[in-house]
Amino acid sequence: MNTAAKPTTRIGIGALVVALLFGEAACGSSAHSGAAPVTSTRGTTVTLLTHDAFAVSKSVLAAFTADTGIKVKVLRQGDAGLMVNTAITSRDDPQADAIYGVDNTFLSRALDHKLFDARSFRGLDALQPEARAAFSAAARYVVPVDFGDVCFNYDIAWFAKHKISPPSTIGDLTKPALRGLTVVENAATSSPGLAMVLSTIARDGVDKAMEYWRALVGNGVKIDDDWTSAYETDFTDGGGNGTRPIVLSYASSPPADIVYSEGKKTTSDVGVLTDGCFRQYEFAGVLHGASHPDAAQQLVEFLISRRFQEDMPLQMFVFPTRTDAALPEVFRRWAKVPAAPLLPDYRTIGAHRDEWIKRWTSIALG
Amino acid sequence: MDLHRARLSTPVASRRAAAMVAAACVPIVFIGWFFVWPLVAILGRGLIPGGHVHLGPVLDVVSDGRLRHLAIFTLTQAALSTVVTIAVGIPLAGVLARRRLVGARVMRGLVLVPFVLPTVVVATAFAALLGEGGPLGSWHLVPGPAAIIGAHAWFNLAVVVRVVGARWANIDPRLVEVARVAGAKPMRAFREATLPLLAESVMAASAIVFLFCVTSFGVVLVLGGPRYGTLETEIYRLTTQELAFDRASALVLVQMLVVLVTLWVASRAARGAGEQGRLVASRDATRPLRGVRERLGVAAFLGAVLVFLLAPIVVVVARSLSGGLDAYRSMGTEVPVLAASPASTIGTSLRSALVATALAVIVGGLAAAVVAGMGAVRGVRGAGARRSRLGGALELVLLLPLGVSAVTIGFGFVIALNRPVHLRSSWWLVPIAQATVAVPFVMRTVLPALRSVDARQRDVAAVLGARPARVWREVDFPVVRRALAAAATFACAISLGEFGATAFVARADAPTMPIAIRRLLARPGATDHRTAFALAALLVVVTGVMAVAADRLGDARGGY
Repeated sequence: MNTAAKPTTRIGIGALVVALLFGEAACGSSAHSGAAPVTSTRGTTVTLLTHDAFAVSKSVLAAFTADTGIKVKVLRQGDAGLMVNTAITSRDDPQADAIYGVDNTFLSRALDHKLFDARSFRGLDALQPEARAAFSAAARYVVPVDFGDVCFNYDIAWFAKHKISPPSTIGDLTKPALRGLTVVENAATSSPGLAMVLSTIARDGVDKAMEYWRALVGNGVKIDDDWTSAYETDFTDGGGNGTRPIVLSYASSPPADIVYSEGKKTTSDVGVLTDGCFRQYEFAGVLHGASHPDAAQQLVEFLISRRFQEDMPLQMFVFPTRTDAALPEVFRRWAKVPAAPLLPDYRTIGAHRDEWIKRWTSIALG
Repeated sequence: MDLHRARLSTPVASRRAAAMVAAACVPIVFIGWFFVWPLVAILGRGLIPGGHVHLGPVLDVVSDGRLRHLAIFTLTQAALSTVVTIAVGIPLAGVLARRRLVGARVMRGLVLVPFVLPTVVVATAFAALLGEGGPLGSWHLVPGPAAIIGAHAWFNLAVVVRVVGARWANIDPRLVEVARVAGAKPMRAFREATLPLLAESVMAASAIVFLFCVTSFGVVLVLGGPRYGTLETEIYRLTTQELAFDRASALVLVQMLVVLVTLWVASRAARGAGEQGRLVASRDATRPLRGVRERLGVAAFLGAVLVFLLAPIVVVVARSLSGGLDAYRSMGTEVPVLAASPASTIGTSLRSALVATALAVIVGGLAAAVVAGMGAVRGVRGAGARRSRLGGALELVLLLPLGVSAVTIGFGFVIALNRPVHLRSSWWLVPIAQATVAVPFVMRTVLPALRSVDARQRDVAAVLGARPARVWREVDFPVVRRALAAAATFACAISLGEFGATAFVARADAPTMPIAIRRLLARPGATDHRTAFALAALLVVVTGVMAVAADRLGDARGGY
């Protein structure tokens, strides 16, 4: 159905552009653009580049279109790393107008490659002061839309059944009692994997962090290449017949667990180790060279509006950066927000990323 | 022979040459636009940044010990995977092509199923079987090369069964009968009467399997774990994580070199070993099983293959049913991360597959006709020899898409396919990219059959005044029909499985089934994972039905 509509849409857009260029008079007669400046964004279609995990309620996006007259086309391109890299690759001829889903591990690379257009975004006052402070140097380019914490999760039932106490600090994971029980992701290929390495470095410095990882590997930790393998195959509470009751995942896993049980679960089987978590922010911005920068800016501002921010938690299992956004009940009850997550400076991450991954790889996989 | 051809009147010869040039344009433009250009664009970005050739990374990579390790592992696992696939595939192809069996058609459909399952599902199924907690966990195969090789064999069995089987079904059964009457034992009759005729198709199948294994990505990633990497997984890491196009480009060049050498060796071997035998177009080549020993042997062999083929599929179905029928009941409900309902992705996949198959059959069929046509005039000295070398080059270039990193092509699409036609985020890009991968397969399947067509028949038809199109319809088509059906089925399967560049291309359209599966598996929560496995189970059904239907179209009497 989409397929048949495709070429027509393109012609439609083409016609619209022509109408805008040559038919100013015809457009000008309509009520809304009378007061608007020459570059009215009404009637434009803005393209949003994002990652595969992007999800939004249809009604929320429809509300944006109803309010602004801007249609949104969503392009999803693999995981966050792939998305950022393709955006950088096609910088001179961008695929989209706005981008959402660049996280703080990739932010500095995106800024270095001048991926974003400088804008003065409205509505930033409503966002978390700590997020605004941490990324103030990039405020002209990107807006922090959501955050989540990368933490170790454990299978509560497994520990009860085996009468072993679950870990309470990430240091516990290197103890003999928990030998061979943990699965993590490869920092060189997976975003939660990298996040935990960055978190340990932020806490202890590089040398001590590498010692920690050496101890973890010595304690029989399994390293998978991606989150799906770790959670779905190796975690005891994942979909398969996994054997490891501790997995590197997200602090929002418990609400996800309950929401996905569709009323069958009222308590979560997944526990969160709130020690040593890495705080991951996701940003949105207007792409350099965007065809519709003004409409793109409106879309980015919409992403930090209450409507989008309140829809987001149950769609993507992330937290809103907007302080007045109401959290869904299941989040309020079950989501764990670590008291002191680690948030290393994004510029430090950018400067040392490759070198740290290399060091970690030689220890963990060498 | 030569004398006979030399006597052909000039108008006929030139008319044929003109037709050949016209036919050659289609595959050349297609592959040039959708494969060579994106590839050159992305390699240029990596190796000629800012207009200056920058070969440092190539030298770095070549002198890096880690690369040597990766390259050796890539080649070793691909070679072993190919050997295992061929060893199981040839007897299976033979039994299915030459014996009258109940359910042979279903078995041929089943063999094709693994081929379309997204690698992430296959790898998850294998990991569930062989992983720490699985029924075969005590074998400790995951992570490791044995699991990778096993999964590759599982994946690629279809290639051997289809390519070799299509040829085998066309061999005149009387040849073997004659050998047997002359006193040859079955093995000897096979070795001396059948094998030489199969050689070219076996080499073709081996080359394809080898290339698939060299560039295999998902299987190596999940079953190899972080410790076992190939050139392809390293290219993926360098491009998607490090944005190191220079080093990635260097690896792509190494990978292409490997692929080109393989193809060259394979085509030499095929030319040396290939023997043009008498093929029949329409004779039913199967015979019933004879005697207790043959019955038992075939039953045991097929039983073992069936268990091997079904085990991972059973895992997929079991996972989808772990929440009862919920995963299937909720198929019609829209899922935000897909921006569509899971059920609707079936239609999306089928539409794309249909277009991709049509493109691949047209482009690949024409390419095969051109290559075969050039080979046919090889006898004429001078110009003919040059043209035949051209045909060989065309054959090589058209096979390259099988052996080049999908992520590289994906990036190439992003930077190269925006002008002059805005294809980059167009719906058409999906079937086009799928067809690029399917074209080599179609060509390789059709080419041996075309080569077996008696050139004299073509000459006679031409001399009698038939136009090239008519010659093709009357002389070539009846012989290549089975091969064409096999090729079309495969093209369709490749497209349904949609591995390759399209996975890396951003699209606003509703996702195809494999993309939907991948997205659902990346979500937190068991429900989405069950839906992913349910969708994979449906993909199995869709493929099976498609394969059986294509089988029927290919041959009304139940051959290939």
